[in-house]
Amino acid sequence: MTAAIEVTGLRKSFGRTCALDGLDLSVASGEVHGFLGPNGSGKTTTIRVLLGLIRADAGTARLLGGDPWREATTLHRRLAYVPGDVTLWPNLSGGDVIDLLGRLRGGLDQKRKAVLLERFELDPAKKSRAYSKGNRQKVALIAALASGAELLILDEPTSGLDPLMEAVFRECAEEERRAGRTILLSSHILSEVEALCDRVTIIRAGRAVESGALADLRHLTRTSIHAELARPPSGLAGLPGVHDLDIVGHRVHCQVDNTSLDDVLRRLTEAGVRSLVSQPPTLEELFLRHYSDVPGGPAGGAESDGGAEPGGGAQSAGPTEPAGGAGSAGPAESAGRTAP
Amino acid sequence: MTAVAAPPRAAGRNGTSALTGTTELTRLALRRDRYFLPAWLYVLTAAIASTAYSFRGLYPTAASRAELAASLRGNPSLTALAGPVYGDSIGALTMWKVGLTVAVGAALMGIFTVIRHTRADEEAGRLELVGSTVLGRQAALAASLVVAFGMCLVLALLIAAASILLGLPAGGALAMGAAIGLAGWVFAAVAAVSAQLTGSARGARGVAGGALALAYLVRTVGDSGSGLSWLSWASPLGWAERLRPFAGERWWVAGLSLAVGAVLTGAAGLLSARRDVGAGLLPSRPGRAQAPGWLRSPFALAWQLQRGSLLWWTFGFAVTGAVLGTSAKGIGAALNTQQAREFITRLGGQSVIIDAYFAALILMLGATAAAYGVASALRLRGEETEQRAEILLATPTARISWAASHLLIAVVGTAVLLGAAGLSAGLAYGLRTGDVGTQLPRLLGAALAQVPAAWVIAGVAVALFGLAPRLAVPVGWTALGVVALLTLLGPTLRLPQWVMDISPFTHVPKLPGGAFTVTPLAWLTVVAAVLIAAGLVGFRRRDLG
Repeated sequence: MTAAIEVTGLRKSFGRTCALDGLDLSVASGEVHGFLGPNGSGKTTTIRVLLGLIRADAGTARLLGGDPWREATTLHRRLAYVPGDVTLWPNLSGGDVIDLLGRLRGGLDQKRKAVLLERFELDPAKKSRAYSKGNRQKVALIAALASGAELLILDEPTSGLDPLMEAVFRECAEEERRAGRTILLSSHILSEVEALCDRVTIIRAGRAVESGALADLRHLTRTSIHAELARPPSGLAGLPGVHDLDIVGHRVHCQVDNTSLDDVLRRLTEAGVRSLVSQPPTLEELFLRHYSDVPGGPAGGAESDGGAEPGGGAQSAGPTEPAGGAGSAGPAESAGRTAP
Repeated sequence: MTAVAAPPRAAGRNGTSALTGTTELTRLALRRDRYFLPAWLYVLTAAIASTAYSFRGLYPTAASRAELAASLRGNPSLTALAGPVYGDSIGALTMWKVGLTVAVGAALMGIFTVIRHTRADEEAGRLELVGSTVLGRQAALAASLVVAFGMCLVLALLIAAASILLGLPAGGALAMGAAIGLAGWVFAAVAAVSAQLTGSARGARGVAGGALALAYLVRTVGDSGSGLSWLSWASPLGWAERLRPFAGERWWVAGLSLAVGAVLTGAAGLLSARRDVGAGLLPSRPGRAQAPGWLRSPFALAWQLQRGSLLWWTFGFAVTGAVLGTSAKGIGAALNTQQAREFITRLGGQSVIIDAYFAALILMLGATAAAYGVASALRLRGEETEQRAEILLATPTARISWAASHLLIAVVGTAVLLGAAGLSAGLAYGLRTGDVGTQLPRLLGAALAQVPAAWVIAGVAVALFGLAPRLAVPVGWTALGVVALLTLLGPTLRLPQWVMDISPFTHVPKLPGGAFTVTPLAWLTVVAAVLIAAGLVGFRRRDLG
C-alpha cells in the first residue's frame, strides 16, 4: 500500500511556543487513521501543515505523493476537509455553502448531497447565522462527504453533533472506508476511534508517542479484572504481570498484562470464582496512561470529552455487574484503583 | 424571526433586575478597551490642542485673526466643510477648524464602543456565555452606554482642560468640550438603537455610520451659504457648531443634544427588552436551499459577500453627489457682505468659488472612498481571523485568486463610488445650470482623479495584510486617519510641505478648476499597484491564521 500521508520529523513553532516537535505520522491509502491527543497537542497544527495553510519549520510532509505547501491547489482537488470549529458566512445559507464548496472542489454529487441532507436532517435553506454549532458541523460534513474526494481530513468532525447524528456520521465514515477512501480522523471520542479506525497515532506535546494498529496497541495495556471468590486467593501478589492488586476479603481487583492472563485466571479458579468481570483494554485506558503517567503531563489526561464516553468494547463475563456500568466507571477505576 | 416577548419588569423576587451585572460588564468592557479608548481620547484631544497651539503661533495678533476670519467667511467651500466661523478669537478659530472633525471622531468612538459591546458580542455568542451568569437583560446595553457616555464626558473634560492650559477662556473651553462630547453622546445613543435593529454588527455599524454621514451631509448643505441654513439645525453635528464655543456660548443647544440622546437611549432600552437575544428587529430573509448557478468561484463568493455594502456605499455617494451638485449653484449667494464680495471678486468670481467648493468636497469624498477601499480590502483579514478563509483555502482555490477576488472589489468599488458621486454631482449641477454637457465630464473627471490616491491608502492596508497581518487592521485604519487629518487640517496649520506630501491626496491635481496633469496620477497608480503586489506576494508566503 502507498502512503496517503507521510510526515517525518515535522517541527513548527509559533513565536516561543513549540507546536510540533518532530512529529511522525504515516497514513496508508485506504485506511481510516485515528489521530488522538489532548487539546493543544498539535493535531490541528499538523492538519494545517498538511493542508498547506501553514508552512513547517523543519521536517518533511508528503500528502498524496505531493508537497502540501507547493502543490496545495492541485492536491486539494483530491481531498476534502472538515475543520474542528466550523465558521460559515452568516448571510449564506447551508445549501449555498455546500454547493459552493462542492463546486470549488470541482463538482458535487447532487444525489449524494440530497441523501446526506436527509440522513443528517439538515435544513439547507437556513442562513448560517441561524445554525447551531452542530448544524454548522453538519454543513461542512455534508460538503466533504458529498465530494467523493479520495482523502478526507476530519478534525473532530462530530463535536457538537447529538448521539443520533454521531451514529449517522459513523455509518457514513464506514461507507467511505468501504469505498476505498482514506480518512484522517482527529477525535477525542475514543469509542468513535475504536469503532472506525484501523490504525491510530497518539500525539502529545507535538510528538507521536504511540502509533500502530489498534489490535497491536492493545497488547501494550492490561485487562482489568474484578472477581468475587469463594476463598481469599493465594499467590496472586507474586505473579509477574499483575498490577494494582487489591484484595478485600473475597473480592479481588487487579490489572493484568495480557501475557499473564492465563496464570491469573488459573489462580482465581483455584479459589473458586463466584463472579468475574473482565474488561478488555480500551483505547481510553491507553490514552489515559499516556496522558496521566508521563512525568510533567496533565493529571488525568485532561480529556473530559473522552472520559465521559462509555468504553465501547467492554465485555462482561460475570452476571453480577452490568457491562455498561463497568465502562462508564472506567476512568475513575483506572485512575483511582478502588475496590468496588 | 423576531419573536416579541413581553418586556421583563424590573426587580425580580430574588433581588435581580434588568440591570443586574452592569457594573461587572462595565469593568469588563473597560478592561477589553484599555488600549482602544485611551488612543481615541488622546488623538481627539491632541487634534484640538495642537490646532489651538498652532493658531496661537500663526496668528498672534487680533488683527491677523480678524483678517483670517473675514477671508474664511467669504469662502463658502470652507464653511461647507468645517462650519460657520462665529468669531475671531483663537478658541473660536480652533473650534471652527477642527471642532466638527473631532465631533465626528467622538461620534465614531461612541458608535464603535456601543456596537462592540452589544451586537458584536451578541453575534459572536460571547454575550450568551456572559448572559448565562447572573445578569439582567439590559446589562450589556447599559454597560456599553455607561462606557460610551463616560468616555464622552472624559473627552469633554480633557478638551476643556487642554484648552484652558493653552490659555483659552474657561467658559468657551467647557463649551467646546461639551459640543464635542455631546456629539459622541448622541451617536452612541444612535448606535444603541441600531444595535437592536439588525442581527449583525456590520449591519448595526452601517446603520449608525449612515446616520452620521447623513448628519454630516445635511449640515454641509446647511452651512454652504446657499440659504438653507435651517438644515444645519436638523443635524446633531450642526448643534455642535451652534453651541458657539468662544463666540457667545448658547448653552441651551446642549440641552437639545442631551434630550435627543436620552430619548434614543430610552428607545434602545425598550427595543432591547422586546426582542430575543441574537435576533434583530428587522426581519432576516430565509436562505436558499441550493446555491444559485453563478456562485461557483472565489470571486462569486467575494461578490456575494461584498455587494450589499458596495451597493449602500454607492447609493450614499450618489446621493451626496446629487445634494452637492444641487446646492452648489446657490453657493455664496447668501453672502452679502462687502468683504465677501471683494474676496470672491479677488479670487476670480462666482464660478471660481463654486469650483473651489466642489474641489474641497470631492477631496473629502476621495478620503471617504479610501475608507471604503480599506474596509473592503480588510475583509480578507476578517475572513482569515474568523477562520472562514481556512475552509475555502482547503479547496483547490489558490490563495492568490481568493485574495485577488476581494481586492478586485475593493479596487473597482473605490472607483465606482467616486464615479457615482461625480456623475450625480455633474448631472445635478449641470441640470441646474443648464449645462450638463460641460459640467458632467468636469465633475466626473474631478471625482475620478481621486481614485489613485484612494487606492494607495487601500494598498497600504493590503501590503500590511500580506507582510504583517496582525498590524493590518490597526495600522491600516491609522494610515487612513492620518491622511484624513492631513487633508483636513494641513492647509490652515501651514504644515511643512514634506508633511503634506505624506498624504497621497496632496499629489492629486485640484479639480475642478486646477490644471490637470496625468503624471502624479500615474505615479499614484504605480505606488498602489506595488503595495498591492507586495501584499499578495507576502500573503502567498506566510502562514494563515
